Amino acid sequence: MPEVGPAQGGNDKERKHVPQHETGGAPAHEVRDFLLRRSEQIAQRWADEPLFRTVFTVSREEAVEAGKAVVDALAQVADSQRVEDPDAAGFTGVREQLARMGAARSRAGLSTTQVAAELAALRPPVENLLVADLEQEAPERLRECSTVLSVLMGTLRLVAMQTALSEIQALTDRQRLQLLEVATPVIKLWDGIVAVPLIGTLDSARSQVVMETLLDAVVDQHARFAILDITGVPTVDSLVAQHLMKTVAAARLMGAECVVSGIRPAIAQTIVHLGLDLGTVKTRASLADALGYCLHELGANIVNATPDGAGRR
Amino acid sequence: MDTGAGVEARLPIRSDMDLVWVRQHVRQAAAKLGFGLVEQTKLVTAASELARNALVHGGGGVMEASHVTAEGTDGLRLSFSDSGPGIADLDRALSDGYTSGGGLGMGLGGARRLVHDFAVESTPGSGTTVRVTSWVARPPRPREDL
Repeated sequence: MPEVGPAQGGNDKERKHVPQHETGGAPAHEVRDFLLRRSEQIAQRWADEPLFRTVFTVSREEAVEAGKAVVDALAQVADSQRVEDPDAAGFTGVREQLARMGAARSRAGLSTTQVAAELAALRPPVENLLVADLEQEAPERLRECSTVLSVLMGTLRLVAMQTALSEIQALTDRQRLQLLEVATPVIKLWDGIVAVPLIGTLDSARSQVVMETLLDAVVDQHARFAILDITGVPTVDSLVAQHLMKTVAAARLMGAECVVSGIRPAIAQTIVHLGLDLGTVKTRASLADALGYCLHELGANIVNATPDGAGRR
Repeated sequence: MDTGAGVEARLPIRSDMDLVWVRQHVRQAAAKLGFGLVEQTKLVTAASELARNALVHGGGGVMEASHVTAEGTDGLRLSFSDSGPGIADLDRALSDGYTSGGGLGMGLGGARRLVHDFAVESTPGSGTTVRVTSWVARPPRPREDL
């Protein structure tokens, strides 16, 4: 096993047993044998712990089976003598299960710290069993094995937390992508007029999506006017202004005139103080004003159906 | 007044996501101290510019917000520190239209115009700290029932 050497190199506890890999003398192998021998009892005890009891609710057997799978994985890791390595091959099989357990606990409203504490609670039952099992051994030997087991259980905790965190990370990434997609609808207001209501933070990634969807819409809808409504953008700083101007310039290249609408009084004053020159961009206070301007430019005017402003009867 | 809570903060600036936190915190802190909508917007915009400077030019940094008082007036002080390359020519960096990062070059100078007090300390090679303060103006109460 090529990986045995490097793993042992940094491991004080196993130093004196390095050459005896095949004799079973290494504490890690003692721990492996113990785990395999006591797999059933450990799983039974774990099944009573909150982490297993609350996740595997169908039957106790299910929890015990899940516990056995974890014990087997630990035994495999101990066999490879990589007890400190969260990337050890032995963990591969239970990663998904650990992730599911962690996710289930998080959904139940537990904080990360609480989940970590529940994972830590898996250690004492195993340790008690080990101590009972190795009663006859020399105290020195027991201490060595106990240390290996502690390290192994610590690594298990690390693997479980890592898996949970990567799940959260994946979720966050998905949601971010979702947000990019959801928040940029292009609405056709009239023949030749499209509008994009911008909402939230307009960072570089979002504005890129806005520009792409808008330009696509200009082509698809044969739009001559595009309205960018920034009513829902809380802050217009120089970067947001730059993104807006780039979008306007790109639309202009495609033959569409852009109107930026929804500039609130506070935003207008801020833009002036900031010193931004939006002179090249047509702006209107509200979306309605912008639509009115575009319709007028297209030669279509909105008139009241009843003359003289009389109310409807 | 327990204005310290919800105003005092130390926020990291390491990514675009952190800029969102910075803006939200400044908006909430300014609202709590009684800034009007326009002043709130100005402060948030200035904070956004300065935090982005710390991120883009300084390689990330930290914003500290604190509640200050002078002559019975509440103020919000924001301090943006980074340990980036620093600013070699401060006058040029403050002038409008000068940019080293592909932006519009309005950030630093613009931020200065958006706040009441503005101070930059920069040591080339060891970082930049920008400290800005705005005060809650207390105009005479408008007459009611005109």
